[in-house]
Amino acid sequence: MSKFKKKSNAKQDIPTSALPDIIFMLLFFFMVTTVLRETTINVKQRIPDATQLRKLQRKSLVSYLYIGEPKKTGQWGKEPRIQANDVFIEPKDVVLWVTREKDKLSEVERDQITIALKVDKEAKRGLVSDVELQLRKANARKLLYTTLQRMDE
Amino acid sequence: MAKKERSTPEINSSSMADIAFLLLIFFLVTTTIANDRGLSLQLPPDPDQIENVDIKIPERNLFKIQINSADKLLVEGEPLTDVTQIKDMIKKFVLNNGRDPEMSDTPKDAIVSLKTDRGTSQEKFIEVLDQIQGAYYDMYADRVGVTNSRWREIASDLSNPENKRMYDKGRGRTPNGQLEFPMNLSIAEPTKIGG
Repeated sequence: MSKFKKKSNAKQDIPTSALPDIIFMLLFFFMVTTVLRETTINVKQRIPDATQLRKLQRKSLVSYLYIGEPKKTGQWGKEPRIQANDVFIEPKDVVLWVTREKDKLSEVERDQITIALKVDKEAKRGLVSDVELQLRKANARKLLYTTLQRMDE
Repeated sequence: MAKKERSTPEINSSSMADIAFLLLIFFLVTTTIANDRGLSLQLPPDPDQIENVDIKIPERNLFKIQINSADKLLVEGEPLTDVTQIKDMIKKFVLNNGRDPEMSDTPKDAIVSLKTDRGTSQEKFIEVLDQIQGAYYDMYADRVGVTNSRWREIASDLSNPENKRMYDKGRGRTPNGQLEFPMNLSIAEPTKIGG
C-alpha cells in the first residue's frame, strides 16, 4: 500500500543549538542561589516543623550551632552534642565561641549577632537550655530555632 | 602577503553542553540551599546581671504551660492533648481586658509562661512555642489589618520605615518606647524532675 510507504520530507531533528544556553542558565541559577557548604555536620539534623516561621535578613550576622545525636555513635556516644564550626563543644565553651564569632563582625554590628540553633527533634530541652543560658551570659540574645515550614494546614 | 586559502575558522562547540552539564551537576551536588528560617526569639539578659527582685504577678495574668519529660502538656493546670488549642486559649487570655476574673487584666500585663523539663524533647517545645508565637502574630496582624504571613514579613524586615511603622503600631508602641501589646513570653529554666 503506497499510503504507508510515503515518506515525508519534513525534518525530524529537534534543534539542539540552544541546549548549552539553557544549561548555562540553569547553572547560573544554581550558582547564584546556593551557598557552599562550609562545615561538615557531624550531628543528626532532623529539623522540626513549625508554621510561624520568620526569615533572617542579614546572613552575615548569623552564626550556627548544631545540636543533636552524633552521627558516629561509636566514636562519640549517643548523647546529643553541640557542634560549633567543625568541633564538638561543651555548653561552657559557648561563651568563648560567641566571642570569637563576634570578633568576625565589625564593631557596630556585634550586638546584632544572631545565633541560629539547628536542633534535632530528639534533642532534650536540658541541653538546649544550657546553651541558651550561656548565650545570655555571652550577651548574644537574638536567637533563631531553625525549623522547616509545615506543609499541611 | 597573499593568503593561501580562505577557510572560516571555527571552534567545535558541540561539547559545550556537556561541559555546562558537568559544571551544573557539580554545583547541584556541592551546594545546599540555605534556609535561614525559623522561630525567632529574644533571650532575656544575663541572669547574673539582673537584680533579684521578687515581683508578685497576680495569678490571673499568668498563662502557664508546662511540659513534662514524657512530652505531656499541662495548660493552666489542666492536661491537654491537642496542642493546637493553645493558640485560641492564648488569644482569649490576652484579649480578655479584665472581663473574666480568671484571665488577664490587659494585654500589657498578660504573661505566657512556658516551663519544660530537662527531658522534654525539642520537637514538643518547638510545637508549643509555634502555637504561642502564632497566637501573638495573629493578634498583631489583626491590629494592623494584615494577614499573619504578611505580619511576619513586616517583622522580619524593619529597615523599611513603612514596615517599622506597622510593626510599632501592631505592638502598640507609645512615643516613650513602652509597648502596649508586648509578647510577654517567659521561658523558665527547665526542671530536673523526670530525666
